[in-house]
Amino acid sequence: MLDEPVLLGAVILGALILYMLFGGADFGGGVWQLVATGPRAARQRALIAQAIAPIWEANHVWLILVVVILFTGFPPAFAAFSTRLHAPLLALLLAIVARGAAFAFRSAAGDRARERRGWSAVFIAGSLAAPVLLGMVVAAVASGDAGTAGAPPALSWRGPWLTPFAIAIGLFALALCAFLAAVYLTVEAEGEGSRPLSDDFRRRAFYAGIICGALALLTFLLSADSAPRLHAGLSVRRWSWPLHVLTGLAAIGALIAILARRYRLARGLAAAQVALVVLGWGVSQYPYLMPPYLTLWSASAPRQTQALLLIAVGAGAVVLFPSLRLLFRVFKSTR
Amino acid sequence: MPAPTPDLIFARGQMALSLAFHIVFAAVGVALPALMVVAEALYRRTGDEVYLELGHRWAKGTAILFAVGAVSGTVLSFELGLLWPRFMAFGGAIIGMPFSLEGFAFFTEAIFLGIYLYGWERVSARVHLLSGLAVAVSGAFSALFVVLANAWMNAPAGFRLVDGAPADVQPLAAMFSPGWAVEVGHVLLSSYLATAAAMAAVHAVFLLRSPRSRFHRAALGIAMAFVVPAALLQPISGDASARSVAIRQPTKLAALEGQFETERGAPLRVGGWPDPIAGTTRYALEIPYGLSLLAFHDPHAQVRGLDSFPPADRPDPRVVHVAFQIMIGCGSLLALVALWWVIAWLRRRHRTLPEVSRRLLAAVVVCGPLGFLAIEAGWAVTEVGRQPWVVYGVVRTADAVTPMTGLATPFALVGVVYGVLGVVVAVLLGRLFLKTGDAHVG
Repeated sequence: MLDEPVLLGAVILGALILYMLFGGADFGGGVWQLVATGPRAARQRALIAQAIAPIWEANHVWLILVVVILFTGFPPAFAAFSTRLHAPLLALLLAIVARGAAFAFRSAAGDRARERRGWSAVFIAGSLAAPVLLGMVVAAVASGDAGTAGAPPALSWRGPWLTPFAIAIGLFALALCAFLAAVYLTVEAEGEGSRPLSDDFRRRAFYAGIICGALALLTFLLSADSAPRLHAGLSVRRWSWPLHVLTGLAAIGALIAILARRYRLARGLAAAQVALVVLGWGVSQYPYLMPPYLTLWSASAPRQTQALLLIAVGAGAVVLFPSLRLLFRVFKSTR
Repeated sequence: MPAPTPDLIFARGQMALSLAFHIVFAAVGVALPALMVVAEALYRRTGDEVYLELGHRWAKGTAILFAVGAVSGTVLSFELGLLWPRFMAFGGAIIGMPFSLEGFAFFTEAIFLGIYLYGWERVSARVHLLSGLAVAVSGAFSALFVVLANAWMNAPAGFRLVDGAPADVQPLAAMFSPGWAVEVGHVLLSSYLATAAAMAAVHAVFLLRSPRSRFHRAALGIAMAFVVPAALLQPISGDASARSVAIRQPTKLAALEGQFETERGAPLRVGGWPDPIAGTTRYALEIPYGLSLLAFHDPHAQVRGLDSFPPADRPDPRVVHVAFQIMIGCGSLLALVALWWVIAWLRRRHRTLPEVSRRLLAAVVVCGPLGFLAIEAGWAVTEVGRQPWVVYGVVRTADAVTPMTGLATPFALVGVVYGVLGVVVAVLLGRLFLKTGDAHVG
């Protein structure tokens, strides 16, 4: 069963997981910029900016990789996806543009305080909007609503991405991003040697983790009515409950590690938890790319394209992963 | 030609806007890292702080421009589906490969730019310089891969049409479609030329004010080291491009030359205004046999005119011809200034820098925006000149557009956002580049 479509589907899901783990955490940084409070508010903001600056552009490329692999390997799925989700995708793009540009502009503003505050506000707004919109898009796909809706005759801001379920998924995505960011920032703060600063993010990580758990439960309950296919995928398959147990264990483990100030361990467990959440969504809609019609096979490009694409992905990975390792070793390990 | 629907116009407008915006940042992303690496390499070799200051300044410029280029590039990758889903459904499997490779090249660029910009104190001098080099090289590869996709749209290959659908798809044959090397060379040269010419102009402005500034002399020297070869090679590359177009896209050639009637020994028209209704190009300076000679290297070669194609297959020669004249004009001026610079260099009295006269400096200043103007005009030539096709001779633009209506809203949103971004970037770059060289002046 491990033919080209399945392998490419796995590559896309893997890239999405990495986008969530890296790019998602950068979005989460915006949440903590917003709620930076207390005597160390300025230091919190500085730590976030310093943690994101060297890596956010690389982290962002995971999304581009997902898009190009999708439209090369599964052109009909990309066409359907971008036609039926035009409005939220456009909003997502504007959020991504505003946030990325604002971050660079803020760095370039130097010590002009008013300008920096202005760009910070744009950066925060974009960072909050992007994961919510991404979650709404995912929900519209996973529920099958986008797949059954057919191409809308005219651009509309209302659609399957605005159901209570989709909004809940959007908030869940935002919470996961914020949780990841807070946990990563405990490690960064510890590296700075500041116990009070790492404790700030420890508190934030803990509460964000609790909120993630609550929203996970809420979305699962809502999915029974709003997204029965996804709900079925998440509950009745052979691997459904083992996966949930594993996710739950990672989540509880992460919370315990946070409380115990074992931040590096917490970082690993939080990443595992979020990766398992995304994986759970991906495998629950297997073999559909866009339920209920487009499967990995029905939306496939010709096999020779997919085979070559897999070779290109393999060759690209040979360059990509050592480079990424270098990037993160330079900026993230030795502190 | 059937009248285009408003939504097709908005879709084309949004794509044109997005590309016209992104292409500036893409060109800078290819070339500015190269300038920055040369400055750092000179600093490492000579220990002269002037080069370090210059390297820092160009790196700061790269940081701003790359960020905006990255996000506007993301917009484009989505817009392929948001605006042209039927083009992607048709062509994704054929021509997605270079886009995927571009994804990896872009990844490498972003990773090493992070190391370069923030790693001055964290990595060794050698790793730092190599990271900068990796940014410059992967930037060039990004451009290569994207232009491969565009070359395929101009001269599609690597598939057969069976009932309007592609069959026997061969992605490698599509990736290296006929004419790819010519177009890639032309685009890469234009990136180095436009960016370096703009940088040269900035520093020439300061040299007009303070001619002895070592900082600005060093900057101008590095920039002109890119401008001169690029500006002198570009006409040769342009000639090859024109011949490639003559063979593969006769409608584009006819439109860009304002050639309405098929004739042997066709003249080259400089300037002028094509009138598609009267079927003639007025007010042009005609050089006898020029077009036949340039396009086919034979003064008596036959050149097909627009009139020999069905009206529904003709691009609008007014846009294409005028844009072509602008591109050629800008390129010629840049080549002349480059020649002037070479002559000044050959006649120099000191070993290091040429004796740059004020008149030459002023010419460099005037040429500053011409490279980017030529890029925009050249892009208009190749894109508008390919109309009414999105894939030449195979898929019409009108058949590729999304079936969705109401596209005025996205067009307006993207227009406003890019307008604001453009202004902000201009202000920030103005602040960065229009500073004097601090302590290095005088």
